[in-house]
Amino acid sequence: MSAPRPGGGIAQQASGVGFRAGGLAILSDVTLDVRYGQVVALVGPNGAGKSTLLGVLAGDVSPSTGSVLLDGRPLGEWPPRELARARSVLLQANQVAFSFTAQQVIDMGRAPWIGSPQAEEDERAIREATEAADVGHLTKRGFPHLSGGEKARVSLARVLAQETRVVLLDEPTAALDLRHQEAVLQIARRLAAEGKAVIVVLHDLSLAGAYADEIAILARGSLVARGAPSEVLTEERIAEVYGTPVRVTEDPDTGRPVVTPRRSL
Amino acid sequence: MSREASRIVGRASAGRGTIVIAAALVLLLVGIVLSAGLGQLAIGPGEVVGSILRAIGIDNSWAPSDGMIERTLWQIRFPRVIMSLLVGAALSVAGAVMQAIFGNPLAEPGVVGVSSGAALGASASITLGLSVFGGWTVAVFAFLGGLAATLIVYLTARAQGRTEIVTLLLTGVAINAFAGAGMALFTFIGDTSSREQIVFWQLGSLNGSRWNEVAIVAVVSAVAAFIAILLAHQYDLLSLGDRTAAHLGVRVERLRIVSIVLVSLLTGVGVAFVGVISFVGLVVPHLMRMILGPSHRLLLVSSMVGGGVLLIYADLLARTLVEAADLPIGMLTSLVGGPFFFWLIRRNRKKAGGWA
Repeated sequence: MSAPRPGGGIAQQASGVGFRAGGLAILSDVTLDVRYGQVVALVGPNGAGKSTLLGVLAGDVSPSTGSVLLDGRPLGEWPPRELARARSVLLQANQVAFSFTAQQVIDMGRAPWIGSPQAEEDERAIREATEAADVGHLTKRGFPHLSGGEKARVSLARVLAQETRVVLLDEPTAALDLRHQEAVLQIARRLAAEGKAVIVVLHDLSLAGAYADEIAILARGSLVARGAPSEVLTEERIAEVYGTPVRVTEDPDTGRPVVTPRRSL
Repeated sequence: MSREASRIVGRASAGRGTIVIAAALVLLLVGIVLSAGLGQLAIGPGEVVGSILRAIGIDNSWAPSDGMIERTLWQIRFPRVIMSLLVGAALSVAGAVMQAIFGNPLAEPGVVGVSSGAALGASASITLGLSVFGGWTVAVFAFLGGLAATLIVYLTARAQGRTEIVTLLLTGVAINAFAGAGMALFTFIGDTSSREQIVFWQLGSLNGSRWNEVAIVAVVSAVAAFIAILLAHQYDLLSLGDRTAAHLGVRVERLRIVSIVLVSLLTGVGVAFVGVISFVGLVVPHLMRMILGPSHRLLLVSSMVGGGVLLIYADLLARTLVEAADLPIGMLTSLVGGPFFFWLIRRNRKKAGGWA
């Protein structure tokens, strides 16, 4: 049950998802499927509904219309513990109420596996997660005393330690420096290579272009484009969605699209 | 290697936990013997220990032969000492649980009005002469009053999975004011004996504790504390925030509702028999968190023992500080706890610029 399905199967499927809050349509008719072995980036301007969509995919909020499936089963039918063994979520803001150490916070990622045979793997999972997120030097520090970027990385380690087959990341790079931004997306790539499904909300279109298998662009609650980075990230579309002119070039090393704003100084 | 570190950290805090709990248990035993011995009729520690040993079937030469001493010990002193131990433990666990579900070290049954809600429930049943639940009536009404207050606090101060500290404390101010007025009303319309009892509830006193009351408090608080300790790991996860805790498999809403009932039980049952005793649930878990860290299993167990210790000594002071006078213990804990609260606020202001 814990092992990721061999690449290719559908991990999560959102069909006709709409979400209204206070009479305002935040999402309307979003249909999206994410396969195992894929990194899917959700991009779009502020307020486009990216985080809400991630919340719907995570099962935090039930959509007003439409359905969300995980492994073909509606999210609402999953017992919480079983769901926690199948998907992990990194939120944008990560606060901890009391002065737990970074190590204790990472250890909490193993909570869903208590009482299962996988609990044997706790030590290895925590060690690997700590190394991958590059937080080995922070483990003894109190979480509330860490910087924003350090908090984000420790929380990422917690999510990685959970070792689920679906991983949802909401702007994991927002507080990070250049090196760690790249590292996080390399981790996402590695998870996908292991057969897991990764859904990541990103603001940096070049990061999304470089690392995602597929990009889904949201604007005003609707999905406006979906596909491989080179197909989706066109100058016209980005200019239209974001309301600002951009230049899309090809990275000479990777052949991936690089998006830069057109500036006049 | 980090896991190694974690195990070492874990072992160090578990080791420290053992030392702290062992020390607290020693203090507790000394406190029981001291408190049982001191008073208008002074009884030596040897006689106290002897009497206890005899009661559990070990015959010894220390045991008092004077029937007067025996009666004083078993009818007056021991019930009172055990009651103070139980109520201290119950209030500390209630405080720690409340802090866990509000994610905030300032949540405390007295401060946010749960205790006065319970006292209002108790005084209502007294003045109105209710006896629907027999000997349990006062306890049941205290529980219901505490439950109502906890629910109001919870529904008012929590929004979108967060607790705003200002709202939390303002809710406490409002509930304390309302409960105060309600008790004033019952004092006004009640007869002389109800008035005396209500004043007693406002001030808090362990005087006149009886064994049957002790038994009720013991059963209720033992069950509630046991459940709280079973939930300890979920409280740890809850400190990551509601959503993240849910992502890790915690049924957050259910956990909160169970916890609210636990807090009301632990607070209500204490208040029912000894009145409002504030700040115990604030001071004890706070000190334990400073010494042992925030992990809830150790925190709850050590707070339980620490709360018992605090109240045994506080009650000993209340009885012996002024000759031939039994000071209200609630007054005493507030006299000490109030300044502690100030210190906590000042300390936090310096460290983190206060609570927004």
